[in-house]
Amino acid sequence: MSGKLIEIRWHGRGGQGAVTSAELVAQAAINEGKYAQAFPSFTPERRGAPVLAFNRINAEEPIRSRAEVYRPDIVIILDATLLGILDVTSGLKDGGTVIINTKKSVEQIRAEFGINGRVATVDASRIAQEAGIPAVNTTMIGALIKATNVITFEGIKEPLERRFARVAERNLKAMERAYQETVIRE
Amino acid sequence: MAKRVGLEVSVAVGDAAKLADVDVVAAYPITPQTHIVEHLAELVANGELRAAYIPVESEHSAMSACLGASAVGARTFTATASQGLELMHEVLYVASALRLPIVMAVVNRALSAPISIWCDHSDAMAVRDSGWIQMFVENGQEAVDNVICAFRIGEDRRVLLPVMIHLDGFSLSHVIEPIILPEQSEVARFLPPYDPPLPLDPEKPVTVGAFAPPFIYTEVKWAQEMTLEGAKEVILECWREFANTFGRHYSPVESYRTEGAKVLLMTMGSLSETAMVAVDKMRDEGKEVGLIKLRLWRPFPFAELRQAVRDAEVLIVLDRALSFGGPGGPVCSEVKAALYREARRPEVVGFVGGLGGRDISMADFEEMVNQGIKLAEAGSEREFEIFGVRE
Amino acid sequence: MAKAKVKPKAKAEGELSWKEIEIGCFITEPGNATEFRTGAWRSRKPVVDFSKCNKCTLCYYYCPDGCIAKTPEGYFVADLFYCKGCGICAEECPKDAITMVEEEK
Repeated sequence: MSGKLIEIRWHGRGGQGAVTSAELVAQAAINEGKYAQAFPSFTPERRGAPVLAFNRINAEEPIRSRAEVYRPDIVIILDATLLGILDVTSGLKDGGTVIINTKKSVEQIRAEFGINGRVATVDASRIAQEAGIPAVNTTMIGALIKATNVITFEGIKEPLERRFARVAERNLKAMERAYQETVIRE
Repeated sequence: MAKRVGLEVSVAVGDAAKLADVDVVAAYPITPQTHIVEHLAELVANGELRAAYIPVESEHSAMSACLGASAVGARTFTATASQGLELMHEVLYVASALRLPIVMAVVNRALSAPISIWCDHSDAMAVRDSGWIQMFVENGQEAVDNVICAFRIGEDRRVLLPVMIHLDGFSLSHVIEPIILPEQSEVARFLPPYDPPLPLDPEKPVTVGAFAPPFIYTEVKWAQEMTLEGAKEVILECWREFANTFGRHYSPVESYRTEGAKVLLMTMGSLSETAMVAVDKMRDEGKEVGLIKLRLWRPFPFAELRQAVRDAEVLIVLDRALSFGGPGGPVCSEVKAALYREARRPEVVGFVGGLGGRDISMADFEEMVNQGIKLAEAGSEREFEIFGVRE
Repeated sequence: MAKAKVKPKAKAEGELSWKEIEIGCFITEPGNATEFRTGAWRSRKPVVDFSKCNKCTLCYYYCPDGCIAKTPEGYFVADLFYCKGCGICAEECPKDAITMVEEEK
């Protein structure tokens, strides 16, 4: 398989919108002319329980693999309380990126949870709350755009409007603010 | 121009039924098929699809309602999975015997017990003798294209049979991926209106589903069998016409990198795509391995299968269903039967795997090929192998 | 009963080839059950003594086969093409006007 395939694993809790985020990211990539998949972790959905969602994105070639994602390039954590109970970096590729919604700094995260390598943090909960949106999932897409170049703001606009109609603008604002505030440490 | 969009495959299947301009949808929701019928219910409720949506109390009723709708000449669509398909079982035989071209998306899911909502092909295999045309798809685009083709094939006067489109639960149904939805006008040109030869009509009464004593039942069943066998020609014709119109090609048995392959892997459904990636890797390593993908399950494409595997030394068949106490996987046993009379045929090794949603990764396919080659050389006491079971 | 697409009586159903079966084994001549002589199932037939009959219509209503019809004189008699000889009319007749008579001569 070519190195152009990017695999993303989303960690969240049921109801936080991890699946919706993955959907929006895939739709954005497809709008940009890329190939992409989004899929949930095929389990019964239970509010509050840890859930997973996945993306595969390839800018050049159609994606054929339908197996689960075992070696993600990017891991996104919507809820920092998951850090203490799950091995969120499991299978992460060398040189991969971990993006976390947390009040803490990258240094604190490293010290507390031993997450090495490329880490990006943003206080998406505060941004979402101040923007008046009930979930951090769309806000975290701003951090994803900042930390990686898998999709663009241009690509995400249309899927966001399709999904959220009147409140799309509010989500986009939160996303842009998260983009500004995301801190990345190599 | 048809647009390429990121869509959940289930939603796209519902959209395909809408593009086919269905008149009646009667369905009962069951995981992982739910999103298909939810989407259709929404399209009808929003006035985007002019059709009757019949809510029913069970899958048995869903299929029974479909019988009536199709018999009056309505273009009829439904979808189900797993236990739902099993609950329809007896009505399925009536649909095919009455020659009613209902189209049904079956979102393949394992059968209870224990309860599993995940994919395997046990449901599809349990209805293989019900007289329906059955085909498997590998991705969302194939699902959309073949739902549209299914109406054209089923409603053809030379066929008049119901069609199941099998798509794998979750690994297809719940994935968002790029899909090209054809334009309504293009579909309308490709798919002529359904014109049933003997519709239920008070002006011209007919009796449907009458009693048949032993002196005529055999003739009726043979007529049905000849029609299903003959449907293959119409399916091929439809796919040719589809390729001419929409540029996407389908065949009953599809080969991937089989040139000079001594070893062939054979799969059905969404796992075929992962298997293709595995074959690419093995080819890059210089191994003479190719992939055969079985698309058409009923009518079984005997001639195409024989042709596709004749030059191989080993054929490794993966089944996602278990025929308890029998020869292992239904696909493998039919492949063996199809090759029985051939003077030149590969050694056939059958694996059963991917049950109840168990993932089969690229590495698993490589492992299966390696094991298969060893078993073909050494022989086995067993009729089939189970893949990946913990001892 | 399953019928052919060929014209009635051109061929008995038991002689049809599988190629001659109507699509889905539909029956395209509505009401062809009227051609079926259920009277052949009978070993006794109802005989009415009109001198006892008070034209009460009970036999007409009780006949499970619906084969009893009114005569121009207002009496009720069974159509022997369909009458299966069940004897219900004779049983129900309040005037004992109907007698079941053996068919065998």
